[in-house]
Amino acid sequence: MEVKDANSALLSNYEVFQLLTDLKEQRKESGKNKHSSGQQNLNTITYETLKYISKTPCRHQSPEIVREFLTAMKSHKLTKAEKLQLLNHRPMTAVEIQLMVEESEERLTEEQIEALLHTVTSILPAGPEAEQKKNTNDDVTMDEEDPA
Amino acid sequence: MGVLVFIHRTVGGDRLRRSQQEVVYNVGLCICLFDITKLEDAYVFPGDGASHTKVHFRYVVFHPFLDEILIGKIKGCSPEGVHVSLGFFDDILLPPESLQQPAKFDEAEQVWVWEYETEEGAHDLYMDTGEEIRFRVVDESFVDTSPTGPSSAEAASSSEELPKKEAPYTLVGSISEPGLGLLSWWTSS
Repeated sequence: MEVKDANSALLSNYEVFQLLTDLKEQRKESGKNKHSSGQQNLNTITYETLKYISKTPCRHQSPEIVREFLTAMKSHKLTKAEKLQLLNHRPMTAVEIQLMVEESEERLTEEQIEALLHTVTSILPAGPEAEQKKNTNDDVTMDEEDPA
Repeated sequence: MGVLVFIHRTVGGDRLRRSQQEVVYNVGLCICLFDITKLEDAYVFPGDGASHTKVHFRYVVFHPFLDEILIGKIKGCSPEGVHVSLGFFDDILLPPESLQQPAKFDEAEQVWVWEYETEEGAHDLYMDTGEEIRFRVVDESFVDTSPTGPSSAEAASSSEELPKKEAPYTLVGSISEPGLGLLSWWTSS
């Protein structure tokens, strides 16, 4: 086997999520019950990767959302890798932005960081984990209100 | 963390599928086929009944870039450091020097602890198994695990113990910056 290009393109979590979801649908439809051990191994990695990625913010993204996000990012002058991390992680705090943007103290003012956060959180939908936490908090509030 | 890799390979039969759930040396962990870009003519060679076809394809590969931020789960702790898993990829280590300092290894509980300094004194934060953790990828290592010739087998048998089976692809991470470490350390409730 010869690797011709080890780095043909960077894929976002969303793109990988779409690919794996489509692959899963294809497997279901073809209804193949007979699996060679090789195919089973591939299914494990595909399954585990899909499971991991489904818990990240890419879960609720769409091509339109990604396009809108990239357009909004143009004014912020970030590298491809930095934009990719913001897209994949949907940071909600300044500390997270500082982790993903190299030398952020020199390149971004506090206002710019706030603006970036606002862009990220308003365009990208919340991930499944954030939603879950929100629901848990709502439940707790309800319990406190209940006198019994 | 996903990367598209352009590969071409000669395959006979369905070896294409069987061989692709693996780590490709210096490339990363194969996740799934992206597309097949070209199929060349099939040849049958003398003495070999199988038909050989050169296939050009692209694979989706897991290969985080240097300094990338990832979130995983703590698999466990050992004196070597904190072991982290992503579910589909298990070989991630956070060595002791990369942890939030000061850190100590609790021998009894077999867990790494961040001795977080507050005005009231040190507040121990445990890095428990199952906890979600955000880390930065600081290094990677690919080990060529393909079979080698007799000379390496001799070297192995001369050593006192069996050589440790090495993972073909391992990542080294760090959590020594603000925002890194257990997610629970940094979320405001």
